[in-house]
Amino acid sequence: MAEDRKKLVEVQNLTVRFGSRLHPFTAVDKVSFHIYRGETFGLVGESGSGKTTIGRAIIRIHPTAGGKILFDGKQINGRISKALDREVTRRIQMIFQDPMSSLNERAKVDYIVSEGLYAAGHHLSEEERRAKVAKALSDVGLLPEFASRFPHEFSGGQRQRIGIARALIMEPDFIIADEPISALDVSIRAQVLNLLSKLQKERNLTYLFVAHDLSVVRFICDRIAVIHKGKIVELAESEELFAHPLHPYTRALLSAIPQPDPIAERQKKLIVYDPGCHHYSETNQPAWTEIVPGHFVLASEEELEEYKKQF
Amino acid sequence: MEEKNVILSIKDLNVKFTLRGQVLHAIRGVSLDVHQGESLAIVGESGSGKSVFVKCTMGLLDANGFIDSGSILYNGMDLTKFKTDKDWLKIRGREIAMVFQDPMTSLNPLKTIGKQIQEAVELHQGLKGKAAYDAVLEVLADVGIDDPQRRYKQYPHEFSGGMRQRVVIAIAVACRPKILICDEPTTALDVTIQAQILELIKAMQKKYNLTTIYITHDLGVVANVADRIAVMYAGDIVELGTCDEVFYDPRHPYTWALLSSLPQLGTKDEPLYSIQGTPPNLFHEVKGDAFAPRNPKALKIDFVERPPFFEVTPTHYARTWLLDPRAPKVEPPEHVRILREKGVNRVG
Repeated sequence: MAEDRKKLVEVQNLTVRFGSRLHPFTAVDKVSFHIYRGETFGLVGESGSGKTTIGRAIIRIHPTAGGKILFDGKQINGRISKALDREVTRRIQMIFQDPMSSLNERAKVDYIVSEGLYAAGHHLSEEERRAKVAKALSDVGLLPEFASRFPHEFSGGQRQRIGIARALIMEPDFIIADEPISALDVSIRAQVLNLLSKLQKERNLTYLFVAHDLSVVRFICDRIAVIHKGKIVELAESEELFAHPLHPYTRALLSAIPQPDPIAERQKKLIVYDPGCHHYSETNQPAWTEIVPGHFVLASEEELEEYKKQF
Repeated sequence: MEEKNVILSIKDLNVKFTLRGQVLHAIRGVSLDVHQGESLAIVGESGSGKSVFVKCTMGLLDANGFIDSGSILYNGMDLTKFKTDKDWLKIRGREIAMVFQDPMTSLNPLKTIGKQIQEAVELHQGLKGKAAYDAVLEVLADVGIDDPQRRYKQYPHEFSGGMRQRVVIAIAVACRPKILICDEPTTALDVTIQAQILELIKAMQKKYNLTTIYITHDLGVVANVADRIAVMYAGDIVELGTCDEVFYDPRHPYTWALLSSLPQLGTKDEPLYSIQGTPPNLFHEVKGDAFAPRNPKALKIDFVERPPFFEVTPTHYARTWLLDPRAPKVEPPEHVRILREKGVNRVG
């Protein structure tokens, strides 16, 4: 089934470096993956693993040091034409983690939501713009009257909806959601997750969902990539990943998911990932291998033999 | 069941805040006994009053908040009678210590980690000089920080989030408190680190014979650590029971809703259960069951009269009219039933 799906985003050997020329720090190290149109792709890892950096590199916030990012078949990293830049800015939108700090406290919701329209140079009449804002707000389950209010008048969940409305008003194809629910209460999380999947169905959106909590990712994502220290260590369909986690880091992440089940929790064994457990040498380097169709893992030849026994 | 020593006893506590001339009733007549050596989890949404509730026990209420009535008994002292900071210093840190939510902001960025812990050690254990220094190294090693001599001299920015939270825990236990309050100790942390920090708090509890009170909004987190769970909603405890009772046999519709909205229990491609509406405005008098307006299956009486605490078992109480013998039988939602079956199967 994978062959007939169209790839919307392709990331090939992406490298992102920070720091000065003398002290470079490689945050993302030769990462490759692709995202099909209409799917939700999860990127999971601990803080500092580079998951957010990948999202930001795709939306052109961070310059790339190497590799290619293709969006709808066209390269969008590095130098691109102004027209393409415009198109990409409109078609890729982002939802941020903390709704408390990602909205301009001094602007009214009306301005926050329509800022993208101004920036993109859509010369809309005032009426058209208002109608668009009202539509975007009601699409995310807020009242159009809220446009005249300030962000501090809203609860965390409502603020996150404003953040989603701000992304939707540009009519994007691809949304990067950077930990969109980690700062929210459990009961609000469910509302926002439901809203995101409803919008996806209605508009055939594609999501890149960046998170550290595998339980949430499992619920919403079609495929999951696990990233550790700037390298993707495992990639599979979400149920497959949960059924056959291969890489020790994936297993550590899975073991840490809190379960709402006291008896299971008491029997739980926490796995702590030790990067030293691999025994990689110069002749025994890990390679990115497809172990069964659709399930990739970063492993050396010896480890592959071990992993294969699990199927 | 054996008799347990009550270490902290809260009776009919009412806390109010004055805001722009209006009065907000944040805690509405809560009674709770905390037992010696247990770990109690207080679970609720933001704004449910869970943080305000524990802040009362440490005298940390904001200036516009006051305890309207009720008592907090600790060691024969009524903490509600404390007025000055001098009174509170006998309790704060020494008897009851607190671990705050965000380790990024609860440490002083201008002082080394060692100095910050030493401050607590000198103040509360009365140690000085070399003895204090050694005590700091010991407590650093206790919380799982390697190479304490080097770490002593480092500043908070040189620590990762999880490590910083370990330092905050070190400061809290360095005071040798009886009660440790953890206010959302892991919400700012990654899942893997979260599990490690919870393990650490459990180890500290064992080692120093602490009573711990967890405050969290995430029911998933507390299954691992809590002996008893109190579910708070709109300034009131709506359900109280042992961990197993609350997870496998919840009775209050709000607890059902909280459990059903966990993504861990969700089925893919089906919308997650989400609680409709918003919590009640506590500036106004809450009539009847505070959760009734958001509960699609609420009974008529829920809007009229506040339900009393019904006893399910001697350790399990819930404030819902559903437990009244006259109430119609309402089945809990599907997710809760699945969870219950799991529990029954495993218990045998």
